[in-house]
Amino acid sequence: MSQSEVVVDLQLAREHGLTEQEYACILEILGRVPTFPELGIFSVMWSEHCSYKSSKKYLRALPTEGEHVLQGPGEGAGAVAIGDGLAVIFKIESHNHPSFIEPKQGAATGVGGILRDIFSMGARPIASLDALRFGPLDDPRHRHLLRGVVDGIGGYGNAVGVATVGGETGFHECYRGNILVNAFNLGVVEADRIWRGKASGVGNPVIYVGSKTGRDGIHGASLLASAEFGEGAEAKRPTVQVGDPFTEKCLIEACLEVMGADVLVGIQDMGAAGLTCSSFEMASRAGTGIEMDLDLVPQRESGMTPYELLLSESQERMLLVAQTGSEAKVKEIFERWELDAAVVGRVTADGLMRIRWHGKTVVEIPVDPVAENAPVLDRPLREPADQRGRQRLELGQVAVEHDPAGALEALLDSPNLGSKAWIYRQYDQLVQGNTVLGPGGDAALVRVKREDGTPTSKALALSVDCNPRWCWLDPYEGAVAAVAESARNVACTGARPLAVTNCLNFGNPEKPETMWQFAEATRGLAAAARALRTPVVSGNVSFYNETAGRPIYPTPTVAAVGLLEPWERFAVSHFPEEGLAILLLGETREELGGSEWLALRRGLEQGPPPRVDLAHEARLHALLAEGVRAGAIVAAHDVSSGGLAVALAACCFTGPRGVRVGCEVTLHQSLRLDALLFGESTGRVVVASREPEALLGLAGERAVPAVRIGTTGGSSLRIAPSRGAPWIDAPLARLESIWSRALPRRLETDEAIGLLPSEVK
Amino acid sequence: MFAVVQFPGSNDDRDMQFALKSVLGAPASLVWHKAAQLPRGTRAVLLPGGFSYGDYLRCGAMARFSPIMAAVRRFAEAGGFVLGTCNGFQILCEAGLLPGALVRNRDLHFVCDFVHVRVERNDTAFTTRARTGQRLRLPIKHGEGCYFACPELLAQLEAKRQIVLRYVTPEGSVAPAANPNGSVGNIAGIVSEAGNVFGLMPHPEHAVEPALGGTDGSILLGSLLDRVKREAA
Repeated sequence: MSQSEVVVDLQLAREHGLTEQEYACILEILGRVPTFPELGIFSVMWSEHCSYKSSKKYLRALPTEGEHVLQGPGEGAGAVAIGDGLAVIFKIESHNHPSFIEPKQGAATGVGGILRDIFSMGARPIASLDALRFGPLDDPRHRHLLRGVVDGIGGYGNAVGVATVGGETGFHECYRGNILVNAFNLGVVEADRIWRGKASGVGNPVIYVGSKTGRDGIHGASLLASAEFGEGAEAKRPTVQVGDPFTEKCLIEACLEVMGADVLVGIQDMGAAGLTCSSFEMASRAGTGIEMDLDLVPQRESGMTPYELLLSESQERMLLVAQTGSEAKVKEIFERWELDAAVVGRVTADGLMRIRWHGKTVVEIPVDPVAENAPVLDRPLREPADQRGRQRLELGQVAVEHDPAGALEALLDSPNLGSKAWIYRQYDQLVQGNTVLGPGGDAALVRVKREDGTPTSKALALSVDCNPRWCWLDPYEGAVAAVAESARNVACTGARPLAVTNCLNFGNPEKPETMWQFAEATRGLAAAARALRTPVVSGNVSFYNETAGRPIYPTPTVAAVGLLEPWERFAVSHFPEEGLAILLLGETREELGGSEWLALRRGLEQGPPPRVDLAHEARLHALLAEGVRAGAIVAAHDVSSGGLAVALAACCFTGPRGVRVGCEVTLHQSLRLDALLFGESTGRVVVASREPEALLGLAGERAVPAVRIGTTGGSSLRIAPSRGAPWIDAPLARLESIWSRALPRRLETDEAIGLLPSEVK
Repeated sequence: MFAVVQFPGSNDDRDMQFALKSVLGAPASLVWHKAAQLPRGTRAVLLPGGFSYGDYLRCGAMARFSPIMAAVRRFAEAGGFVLGTCNGFQILCEAGLLPGALVRNRDLHFVCDFVHVRVERNDTAFTTRARTGQRLRLPIKHGEGCYFACPELLAQLEAKRQIVLRYVTPEGSVAPAANPNGSVGNIAGIVSEAGNVFGLMPHPEHAVEPALGGTDGSILLGSLLDRVKREAA
């Protein structure tokens, strides 16, 4: 298609996802009808995915500043100081729609993209997490999606040499038409060596590095990520990019090398909307313009049009602005890593993006109106009609659990609470040699080394969390709980939560009910982040997660990052030995609303989710840090889905050191039994201690309710009332076998009919 | 005196250097794969884990053509010590410096886990700090770690005592349940006939610090260090 043949009009603009109003705005900015490539540029830059036009109003209310924050939202990722001249850079991002269409490549490129956001700021990526949501596993399509996504994350992360140290995986009917793949990465950098995406210095060369540009992923941001799925989502497969972790690995090394060579001015990933978004954003931040010749762009295919070159989302590419005269040095470094590096343009003073192709100017747009003046919408809100109804729960009408041991087994066997080892065994959890605590516990713990390999006394605790059912029942409380839980998990290692990043997965924002959920959830995030002093330093919004009009449950995924120093003193999440006192911190209330037990055993998704007492939560986190530091806490495990009984079972199961230790617990029954054993009151942690008296003292000082409930030892999980027969007295071997088979036994149905060889144990 | 070769796509190169240098106190430097020569004074060569050239063709099949490999071959043929872990083991097999081949894991999945291996002999340069029969707890992380040898080769490896490590249960028995990838004879590591080239799928460099995977990896790396020091003295 020749550029001159395409006539741009409102109809074509609409096909590009632009509204009539937006098209009028384009005409006004340009003072003329846009060329075809210009229309393409506006459509991606003003897409929901790139412009945050529906969410901006609410994101502004999030607390983004704090004493440690070096960089809040707006750059590739957020940066937080961790002392001794070091900083961490981290972010979580969605790759939902691509992963639903092509799970392996969708997930792989999700990992690749988030890595580039991190190392483009100068940090070496050291740890990844993933938050995944699928439909029910009895649907063969979702077994296929799970396999593909895990294969993609592992295939990319393992080969690129960055450890995947944790994550969260959940299954629910609401994701049947729209899975979620949220990828988190964190890197470490010298705090005074953080790079930003800035095209400053008139005359400086603009250098394209990395993979060649192909026709893949055109309109991924505008058409794939910014519209809901209807029937025929399959046809969108060509808009999914293909990842190449080997090139990414070389790109990481080459970029870190060039950053150390004192030749760089600015650098940015070519992510969503590729060359367009990166060049506009870099020029906009510096208040400059860029002049670029598309014929100089390294190309994988012949005959690519300006439209395609500008909108391609080919992976593993970066845009650099270097100092004049350093072109040869930059090329030398990239050539050593066998990567393309081509000067494609210069920084200019006129504030224009001027792009030439075959000797003609095909794009001439003022930078700022495109990058900065994207439309900001104030979409209508409406509380869903049945919202109040969802929260109604007459506990008196819900039959009390008469088989607590059976309920425990059913919960441990459920895909949501069962072991996720089938997933994380496929990820390299160890590369770079920093993994103190890997997947399978509350939070991962990763030791920090300097770029030259010198170990430090610091470790970072990382956790990613969200309870979508709670968010559906009450988006405000659900979002508060997501922040509280991720921070609590981090605190369970002994670390102090520093900051959070979030990935806000919602349905179609054009529906007032979805926007109401979004507004409520962000209000909750803001309240919790403020109360726990964990600013939101980066994040991503993913709208249009719905298919055929059925939206997902609101899923504001929150990842918390904490600092532990000195790292050698940390708590594990499994009982490490016999004879330890077991204490329960926090208060158990009669809260069964939104619980796994209620959903699994009574088939109800009803009721108010448990309330979070943020003041208590802050005190609890401080107590955990102090208790671990003082040596009074050796193990700590957050009580979450499945309640106290499931938490105790998890503490007993075989830990990373290969040890399995049982426990005997006695509970005073003050509320209905199912609420006591399976209720999900927040702000609770099971801890194991060698010095229970000292710990009770510390808890008293901090006004955190604490009670000794038992002792570790034996090979059973025994939970009994103060008087009478135990409610649960089960051999751990049996419980752990049920729990560890939860995923494999569901995936083996395919293997039994010969689709895959049998699982090796 | 330890040279850690860095191929494009090597991932555990810096970790190996860290284990040798920072933990065991051995001088270790990274050597770029394009180098024609090993650094002067090289006493042992380490081929690290990772995905050299993305492992896009066949694991190790491209890396064996890197210029440095000619120098590594001459070094090995002259009796120099070469240790390859994971991708390094795959490269050694592809280069013909060790017999057999490493193929896709039996269950087709990448596997990352801690496993137990039994030291079959402690009279190699890589195992003197261990007892014969000692069980080591080491991590593995690979998708193509299933060691394959035809029956004749397997018999030869047995006869010439080239099998150094086998996957075992925590109690020490060579059982199918202990085999994480389907390797013949539960083989986790072998030496060359001359005993100076050692390839293994487990990662000793990821088990050198008590709080990060234990210290059993130091037994293997430390044995090599002892030997090199002894020869230098």
